[in-house]
Amino acid sequence: MCTVCGCGETTGSPHSHGHAHGSHDHPPLQDHGHSHDHDHDHPHPPEIEGALGAVHLPGLAPERIVRIERDILSRNNAHAAANRARLASAGQFSLNLMSSPGAGKTTLLVRLIEELGGRLPLAVIEGDQQTAHDAERIRATGVPAVQINTGKGCHLDAHAVGHALDELTLEPGGALMIENVGNLVCPAGFDLGETRRVVLLSVTEGEDKPLKYPDIFAFADLLLVTKSDLLPHLEFDLAGCVANARRVNPRLRVLVVSARDGTGLAPLADWVRAEASLAAATAQAIAPR
Amino acid sequence: MHEMALTESLVALVEEAASETGFHQARTVVVEIGTLSAVDPEAIRFCFDAVSRGTVAEGARLEIRLIPGSGWCLGCGKMVPLTERFGACPDCGGSHVQMCAGDELRLKEVEIG
Repeated sequence: MCTVCGCGETTGSPHSHGHAHGSHDHPPLQDHGHSHDHDHDHPHPPEIEGALGAVHLPGLAPERIVRIERDILSRNNAHAAANRARLASAGQFSLNLMSSPGAGKTTLLVRLIEELGGRLPLAVIEGDQQTAHDAERIRATGVPAVQINTGKGCHLDAHAVGHALDELTLEPGGALMIENVGNLVCPAGFDLGETRRVVLLSVTEGEDKPLKYPDIFAFADLLLVTKSDLLPHLEFDLAGCVANARRVNPRLRVLVVSARDGTGLAPLADWVRAEASLAAATAQAIAPR
Repeated sequence: MHEMALTESLVALVEEAASETGFHQARTVVVEIGTLSAVDPEAIRFCFDAVSRGTVAEGARLEIRLIPGSGWCLGCGKMVPLTERFGACPDCGGSHVQMCAGDELRLKEVEIG
């Protein structure tokens, strides 16, 4: 069950409440046992006066202001914080992979899984608007994968990821890879609760992408420049691309990779192993005895 | 179109406020949107009409207050206006500018009838 909004399977009585959904449809695995209407018929006169501190004076318009001052992303952030706590206590390292469609996220993921060689427990969450093709490609490697179909949604949100986590068995010391919907804009605002954010940029896309779409590069921890085997055939300014990305995010780490010829896969796998080992050690050290 | 998801969150926050304070109909919903945020205010407006249907925000006027971008330039040691998210300082041309305002995305208040 979702500890933030209480949706999902529950042993409590049926209830109604509002909660934030991204524009995803719930995958069929998530059956809500309750309704989402939120109309009250009962008045709350004492609360409304107390909460608003408003006094209705004769002759004055009855409009009143309810001050709220809440970030519109606060609901997603609450779900993300719950996911993060859950993954941390499970000793999981988690990655949020983001890129435009076709930059090679799934192909790289499949090659990375091979490079990790079955020694690290892995799980994958695949986000796409439609189809389970990507999850099927991952499952073919023997790694468990859950597909989230966002329908019209252009990004994954923390709520959908929280439900996908319910479907996965996470082994301590393992790594969870979340492949976001192919989109260089929308995923940037939505924290999923991941440990690290990875943005992929293929060499066929142009070295000015980090300047054209700065938010996602500012949001990321690691830039993977993919399809480097194509570099001899292109006029792609690799150094310029990295400089552009670092202008937006001076702390961004960069690795040049190719799923086809294997460039960069060994250091990428080493990084995942090191991060997973760190996550497991931290969870073990702070676990209640 | 992440504006649809954001607008759903916005309306959910209004509904939450309605249940906490007990109002039944919002007359005006006031949001602050930074001009450097990755959000198109007109898309939010478009989505609001659709998403608010059947909620306490149905029929409410959406007031969008745009917050201009500004940042602290480390080189100049002062606040400078920013017209792009990772833009350079308009005075010294340096890129060490810490954005201080302009990426807001906040439900400010609700006026109730």
